[in-house]
Amino acid sequence: MLRQPLTRALTLSSPVRAAPLAARTYAGPPPPPEKFEVFIDDKPVMVVPGTTILQAAAQVGVEIPRFCYHERLAVAGNCRMCLVEVEKSPKPAAACAMPIMKGMRVKTNSDLTRKAREGVMEFLLVNHPLDCPICDQGGECDLQDQSMAFGSDRSRFTDIHFSGKRAVEDKDVGPLIKTIMTRCIHCTRCIRFASEVAGVDDFGTTGRGTDMQVGTYVEKMFLSELSGNIIDLCPVGALTSKPYSFAARPWETRRIDSVDVLDPLGSNIVVATRTNEVLRILPRTNEEINEEWLSDKSRFACDGLKRQRLVTPMMKDSAGNLAPVDWEDAMVAAARAIKDCPPNKLLAVAGDLADAESLVALKDLVNRLGSENTCTEQYFPLDGAGIDFRSSYLFNTKIANIEEADYILLIGANTRFEAPLLNARIRKAFVHKETDIAFIGPKVDLTYDYTHVGDSASVVKDLATGSSTHEVLKRLESARHPVVILGADQLKTPEGAAILAYTQELALRLQDKLEDKNWKVLNVLQRTASQAAALDIGYQPGVGKALQDGPQVVYLLGADSGVVSRDQLPKDAVVIYQGHHGDVGAGMADIVLPGAAYTEKRATYVNAEGRAQQTLVAVSPPGRAREDWKIIRALSEVVGERLPYDSLDEVRDRLAEVSPALVAYGDVQDNNYFAQARALSQSLQKPVSGKVDVQLKQLEDYFMTDTISRASPTMAKCVQAVLKQKQSQY
Amino acid sequence: MLSSLRTGVQGLLRASSRSLQTSSALQHDSLFVHRDTPEDNPKVPFEFSEANQKRVQALLDIYPEGHKRGAMIPLLDLAQRQAGGWLPISAMHKVAEILKLPRMRVYEVATFYTMFIRRPIGKYHVQVCTTTPCWLRGSDAILKALTEGTQCAVGGNSPCGKFSISEVECLGACVNAPMIQVNDDYYEDLTVEDTKEIIEKLKRDEKPKAGPRSGRFASEPLGGLTSLSEEPTGPGYGLQDALKGA
Amino acid sequence: MAGALTRFFKGAKPQFGIVGPLVNSNAVAVRNQQSQAQAPPAKTRGSPLADCDRVFTNLYGRHDWRLKAAMCRGDWYMTKQILLKGSDWIVNELKTSGLRGRGGAGFPTGMKWSFMNKPSDGRPKYLVINADEGEPGTCKDREIMRHDPHKLVEGALIAGRAIGAQAAYIYIRGEFYNEASNLQVAIAEAYQAGLIGKNACCSGYDFDVFVHRGAGAYICGEETALIESIEGKQGKPRLKPPFPADVGLFGCPTTVNNVETIATSPTICRRGGKWFSSFGRPRNHGTKLFNISGHVNTPCTVEEEMSIPLKELIERHAGGVIGGWENLLAVIPGGSSTPLIPKDVCETVLMDFDALVAAQSSFGTAAIIVMDKSTDIVKAIARLIMFYKHESCGQCTPCREGVSWMNKIIYRFVDGNASPKEIDMLWEISKQIEGHTICALGDGAAWPVQGLIRHFRPELERRMAEYACTYGPSKAERLY
Repeated sequence: MLRQPLTRALTLSSPVRAAPLAARTYAGPPPPPEKFEVFIDDKPVMVVPGTTILQAAAQVGVEIPRFCYHERLAVAGNCRMCLVEVEKSPKPAAACAMPIMKGMRVKTNSDLTRKAREGVMEFLLVNHPLDCPICDQGGECDLQDQSMAFGSDRSRFTDIHFSGKRAVEDKDVGPLIKTIMTRCIHCTRCIRFASEVAGVDDFGTTGRGTDMQVGTYVEKMFLSELSGNIIDLCPVGALTSKPYSFAARPWETRRIDSVDVLDPLGSNIVVATRTNEVLRILPRTNEEINEEWLSDKSRFACDGLKRQRLVTPMMKDSAGNLAPVDWEDAMVAAARAIKDCPPNKLLAVAGDLADAESLVALKDLVNRLGSENTCTEQYFPLDGAGIDFRSSYLFNTKIANIEEADYILLIGANTRFEAPLLNARIRKAFVHKETDIAFIGPKVDLTYDYTHVGDSASVVKDLATGSSTHEVLKRLESARHPVVILGADQLKTPEGAAILAYTQELALRLQDKLEDKNWKVLNVLQRTASQAAALDIGYQPGVGKALQDGPQVVYLLGADSGVVSRDQLPKDAVVIYQGHHGDVGAGMADIVLPGAAYTEKRATYVNAEGRAQQTLVAVSPPGRAREDWKIIRALSEVVGERLPYDSLDEVRDRLAEVSPALVAYGDVQDNNYFAQARALSQSLQKPVSGKVDVQLKQLEDYFMTDTISRASPTMAKCVQAVLKQKQSQY
Repeated sequence: MLSSLRTGVQGLLRASSRSLQTSSALQHDSLFVHRDTPEDNPKVPFEFSEANQKRVQALLDIYPEGHKRGAMIPLLDLAQRQAGGWLPISAMHKVAEILKLPRMRVYEVATFYTMFIRRPIGKYHVQVCTTTPCWLRGSDAILKALTEGTQCAVGGNSPCGKFSISEVECLGACVNAPMIQVNDDYYEDLTVEDTKEIIEKLKRDEKPKAGPRSGRFASEPLGGLTSLSEEPTGPGYGLQDALKGA
Repeated sequence: MAGALTRFFKGAKPQFGIVGPLVNSNAVAVRNQQSQAQAPPAKTRGSPLADCDRVFTNLYGRHDWRLKAAMCRGDWYMTKQILLKGSDWIVNELKTSGLRGRGGAGFPTGMKWSFMNKPSDGRPKYLVINADEGEPGTCKDREIMRHDPHKLVEGALIAGRAIGAQAAYIYIRGEFYNEASNLQVAIAEAYQAGLIGKNACCSGYDFDVFVHRGAGAYICGEETALIESIEGKQGKPRLKPPFPADVGLFGCPTTVNNVETIATSPTICRRGGKWFSSFGRPRNHGTKLFNISGHVNTPCTVEEEMSIPLKELIERHAGGVIGGWENLLAVIPGGSSTPLIPKDVCETVLMDFDALVAAQSSFGTAAIIVMDKSTDIVKAIARLIMFYKHESCGQCTPCREGVSWMNKIIYRFVDGNASPKEIDMLWEISKQIEGHTICALGDGAAWPVQGLIRHFRPELERRMAEYACTYGPSKAERLY
């Protein structure tokens, strides 16, 4: 529990001494943990061996103050704030690191304990600048809070008047993190995070003694897609958010729980707003998905919500330029176009950020008009089982279960940039559970070592048919909890159907042999937040076929990834764009209907696992923009095919009708019918000869992938900074 | 300079009840961040010489497989010797490459240990111990003689570029205090005259005699042995019964 | 700093469970003592040794240190037989001898080695020899390594056999370049003569000895920092538990011993634990290298019996205090980290673990720093605090922040530019550091200050009064 027996954690070159209790190869079968009794402030607690004093105290609700300790990072034990008195021990013990022993009596509020804390607190403040009035951490600062709770009531720093405090040079670690290193209390959380979780070993301590400083030694950007988390981890104001600097005090902001939509994981977030403006986005703990981390795009792209917004309905004027019009005019024009259009020439395309409510409303409307042409931008092969079974297009293993995996095969999925927090889980398994990873695709940096099996699609075939001689096949077959992850990028290729079929074959072959009958091997990692819900609702994946029919009216629901372009459409086709950003879609539209972004509506999103979650209204949509399902509902009335729901609840009832999973918020259902899908796809196992490629290869590719992040100046700065860093010698 | 000004100002203001508030810059003998300079930047190439490459291999060999990182300090030391007594950043990068470690881990070690000098220094690195045992026996005078004799400030290089002087903590020759270390050699039991003579010799690139200057050989009491005056006993002296006849 | 920092050890050995301090290591030593069948009457003080009873016969380098000459002096004699007696026999011999760690902490060596005799879990074991001698005042290991290196190499082999280690790493401070090269030559000679390496001394036992040079960090004398340093990291002490005997070098069980401890062990094995325990008072047995530096006429390193009176030691070997015994001000008895003792205590105190603890100081490494009446005692201690400030690793808060704060205060005390109230504050700060840090460097920094305040408070107050007379009340007076 305290320090896992990890040979990999040992090789972590962090300053942390995660010392193994035994090397893995020598460890015998672990004896069943037998609980024993200890006493925290005379309260008896039963604990398992290896529990630390701090964890035991937490079991009875006694919180011990700490700075360096963090439950998701290795134990450092260097802040000494958690010192507690242990009966019969002359010295106080560091609660975060000391394994509790049978019968131990810990006093967390004795004189000795209080004095030790007060002393440590005083020492921490000796060189802390106390510039709290201009510190962005103010109000959420551990040092402030604990000083109030455990510190002394007066100051003895006479020496400040003789020699001042320590001053430390600030570091430049990129456009996201502002450093004020004088405030640093050397807890080393950021160093441990960078080395253990992010896998980018660029932080460390230089020098020693009172001159020791945390930093990068050379001028170097923190090249990680998870860098923002060190802002949350920093217990003081040494690392703060650069885009958010001096924007607000935390107590001025309103915090609304929500869900992120910029990657397919649906990380849980808190949106902090003030006066109808999103100021920042913070992670919200969800052990099933993001733990307490958040990727940089999800955290920092929020300034894109204020830029490039569509704030009013628009229509093309006679000169061919979009001009603002009233809602009524836009609606009437849109309705006319739709009504004039033969049903089979009406095409609706859903984009990456569309919510389930608007998806179902749009599909209902289009269906009522007699058309079946609703599709998504992202493709999925329809041959074989297609999207008939949920298991074919979801992340069946579930994100949290990745930690249990003992062998992971990634097929053309650069998880690091497609789903950073999934990658963080894989790294966690790699570091702490000795999980090995194999990768098929171009050589990319996943932050952990992996076996590269080449980038040829035929490798997948060989693995599936069992004809491969690669050691990966043996490892997969002997694994107790294997995981196969197929990147959605691969499905777009002409051989996508075959690759999917082989992946299914391989995964199911492995799954059938497993002892653990509940373990799911097959995973398809979608790229966008809307895809799973759209497929659940019955959208056709991909626009290829529908476009060939020469649609007359194209209704783009936030479709901005450029799969529909003007040149593919007949000259007289009418394009209606509904969405929140002026991007590709709006640029080619004749009629623009301004919708709401994910922070502005209460809406349902289904993540890659098939887990329905909802966003809440943090701010109201800007200008005359409206919630998306309402726009469609209003349009339906103008068109004359009134949709039968007037409130969000009624829309959700409709969603439940389509699939109960869409409104089972927070839950994810186990998927089945793998065998059927496998059977249906047998015929698709054709020879493949292509290369497995991924779209996002480098960090600079990661930051701008959707309309919000493309509109974000912060993300643009990140791209520039990464490119600049690549020129550097460091 | 600034700090001495401040002390002066404070001295003037001592009597008044309010004084000028200043915050002092941290004073330390070395900087714990890297700054590119013409001599020290990552573009300056560094490669271990052929002889040293063999040493690198020998050093790596003494650490078990999977723990080759242990060779970090010896390799940095080797690099420093090759680079002329100081450790350029490209040498750190080379070591990181050999040990297959993130560069930060090498920076950490190079900044932690005082024997790694991260700025160009003179041919003779003179380290003066001024910790209490040496101080009690007059290391201040030795230090003064050195700074005057070489025209070199503590922590700096002499104008001729030949000398660098550092004030260091205990060098572990306390019964031979006061003492200095010049590169690898200890000069012990020093007087101011001895110190001057050592500097003069070094200026002429002659090698002064290392070791105690007071006439004794090592750490025995000066002026006559109080112990170990007899010949050492031979093998088997006082052998215990359990080993006899074994 | 050697084991001065491992003083921590005394308190918390994992084998006693976590509440280690319950078990007093001294008590264990007593038991050993009593178990001897016909123990001679316990000594009450030590007296000068005869040359034939000295372990380090080439301490002054008057003879050749190489293998051939070392063998003539009795090194490597019957080493094979000792090895063949086996691990238990050696450990027992050490236990009988009552040898306590010579690096400062004074943990019984035989017991420390016996911790390694747990059933093997397949991991190799290591012996690490702490030659990172850097505690101000201490320069004993240097003499062993440059003048008697074969004692150390042979000791490494015997200790390695006792704990079942496959290799020894000797961590020698980087500044000792010439000493390291002597040692390296000695090791090469021993390899060549088949004394170590494969089938060492034809005993069927394989044992390697490696030298690892440090690079200038006193903290690496702390055993876990030393292990970190050998592993190629910053020398920052590890949290304990786990102790090195469970998880040490490269994650394997490890014993860390001082050079003198290891180098003494072959002679103990040859002449018998009983012979060694015939020196010194109970629980403080054996012979010991003393370093006498500072204001004495002839500073020197000398091997003497434990429990020898301090005054006799200084007068006999170091030519007395400069200006005569009456000119003595104070003595730091065991290296910089031990609290000083004033003249009146020095008159009678014996140089051993128990006597110095009774005198509110500590035996440490037995490095005696003598200060005569000309000494600016506050400056002398301030300089030591500066040393600790410079050598703090910066890892944990009390030491990083506290020691530099103490340093600032005490340097004002040198001038007297402080408030008498700050004396108590300084005392409190030192108490806030002591016992609250990961390793014992914090303790080592706190004790000299405590010793100063305990014995020289009037001097501190006098300086402050003097300063106030000359310049008016100190600014600190108004601030605090």
